Amino acid sequence: MKNRKRLFENIVHGIFLVLGLVTVGCVLLITVYLVISGIPAIREIGLVEFLFGDTWASTADPPQFGILPFILTSIYGTSGAILIGVPIGFMTSVYLAKVAPPKLKSTVSAAVSLLAGIPSVVYGLVGMLVLVPGIREVFDVPDGSSLLAAIIVLAIMILPSIINVSVTALEAVPKEYEDASLALGATPIETYFRVSVPAAKSGIAAAVVLGVGRAIGEAMAVVMVSGNVANMPSLFQSVRFLTTAVSSEMSYAGAGLRRQALFSIALVLFFFIMLINAALNFFLKRSKEG
Amino acid sequence: MNKGVSTKRKAYIGTMRFLMLASALLTVALVVFLIVYVMYKGIPNITWELLSTRPSYLAGTIGILPDILNTVYIIIATLVFVLPLGVGAAIYLTEYASNKKLVAVIEYATETLSGIPSIIYGLVGMIFFCQFLQMETSLLAGSLTLVIMNLPTIMRTTQESLKTVPQSYREGAFGLGAGKWRVIRTVVLPGCVDGIITGCILTVGRIVGETAALLYTAGFAHALYGFFEGLENAGATLTVALYVYAKEQGEFEVAFAIAAILMALTLIINIAAKLVGVYFKRRR
Repeated sequence: MKNRKRLFENIVHGIFLVLGLVTVGCVLLITVYLVISGIPAIREIGLVEFLFGDTWASTADPPQFGILPFILTSIYGTSGAILIGVPIGFMTSVYLAKVAPPKLKSTVSAAVSLLAGIPSVVYGLVGMLVLVPGIREVFDVPDGSSLLAAIIVLAIMILPSIINVSVTALEAVPKEYEDASLALGATPIETYFRVSVPAAKSGIAAAVVLGVGRAIGEAMAVVMVSGNVANMPSLFQSVRFLTTAVSSEMSYAGAGLRRQALFSIALVLFFFIMLINAALNFFLKRSKEG
Repeated sequence: MNKGVSTKRKAYIGTMRFLMLASALLTVALVVFLIVYVMYKGIPNITWELLSTRPSYLAGTIGILPDILNTVYIIIATLVFVLPLGVGAAIYLTEYASNKKLVAVIEYATETLSGIPSIIYGLVGMIFFCQFLQMETSLLAGSLTLVIMNLPTIMRTTQESLKTVPQSYREGAFGLGAGKWRVIRTVVLPGCVDGIITGCILTVGRIVGETAALLYTAGFAHALYGFFEGLENAGATLTVALYVYAKEQGEFEVAFAIAAILMALTLIINIAAKLVGVYFKRRR
């Protein structure tokens, strides 16, 4: 009887262990699949030519597979979104965490979480019909589908991630720090920016990194407003990101080198994401340690 | 309050106060604009015919009933798979795992999963489920892809609420002679219902908003099927339909109608998540 009970408990333990390992299995599966299917094309094209070739013409004869335009577009687009999104998100989060009266705070927080929940295609749709024509008229360019449009959409889309993580970090700053600063004669606003913000800097850095990850990984909203032509990045030109290159090549990937190159692009994107994840973990750990 | 504060400091304080207010205001204004604009453009296009029919090329009409059903099917199928997996993994981490290294590995894997962009899930889902496992482009392949994507969400919310179950409850049950499984079933699981429900709501929200992971795993057909038949066939969810109508076919009226529906769903899901949180907090 006792043995049977122990056996039963062991089986249950085993089942939960397997369930616990599912995520590890998934990460391994994704990594292995991407590496195995991404390497052949890089080998065939040549790593340097693939990463630093400035022409992507997969349908030309002979085809050219240089993804430098995608890499640079992703980097420029993400930097642009960070440049616009971080200051706005940062200021909003200081306001929410420290200044806003409770009622106002809950209203703005609700608005921010709504912003996080809006599907990316809705951002894309509004961008297509408001932003793209707007850019065409304001800057007098032939087509508003451009890197700039993508940057603006991305800047809005990363706001919730930045605000939520920064607010959490700012709220975790020990009250004693602020009290000490106030007692020394600093005004509340000076205290928030010169004491609370530096004390929460790891958490805020994590927020920025999270924003970078969101921006570099976004595909649908970007493909709808950026025009999707494999140009070298320029603010008012139609461009293609790493993510949108994957999605547009997926739609007609037949067989052969072109299909393999698609996986190689995904592998490069995955590599960027892994770097960002590592940075995110570093900052989160440091902010937990205080 | 600012008595005796120099002009330079006053300027600093004033600038910062202005920047903070302006940023917060801009954020709120963006949300209000998005809601009002989408609703204004979308609601007039929502007709009963649109909601209750499927697209007909002969009549040249568009209906989104199949897309609505597909969204519901995918939500159900994903939850059926992801709930046991996610809740089980969370229980393992908080109740069983004693090896610190293993826990660290699992947690790192979970964080990695939540950082991977959905387009990569779409690609891996396409080669693994659709091609390697030969499911073809189908709602089932799409929902299995979403299962991997949403595992971290369910795990996190369940784990957080498991941590709030007092240790003394478990000890009491053990003291009465209950086995580990019995304790989990009768004491631990009922205690983390709020986490599971919150996780479900968040997952539903994420599925409703997902496009990139579904476009090439679940496809974009608009046929009407029942639940099990539907899972075996390709089908567009609302977001995928919005994308196809807006980007490929230039049917902006339909796209805005779908966008308005999605916006309303987002609002409802947000409110539901908040209400569940308040309800369970009060019950504690």
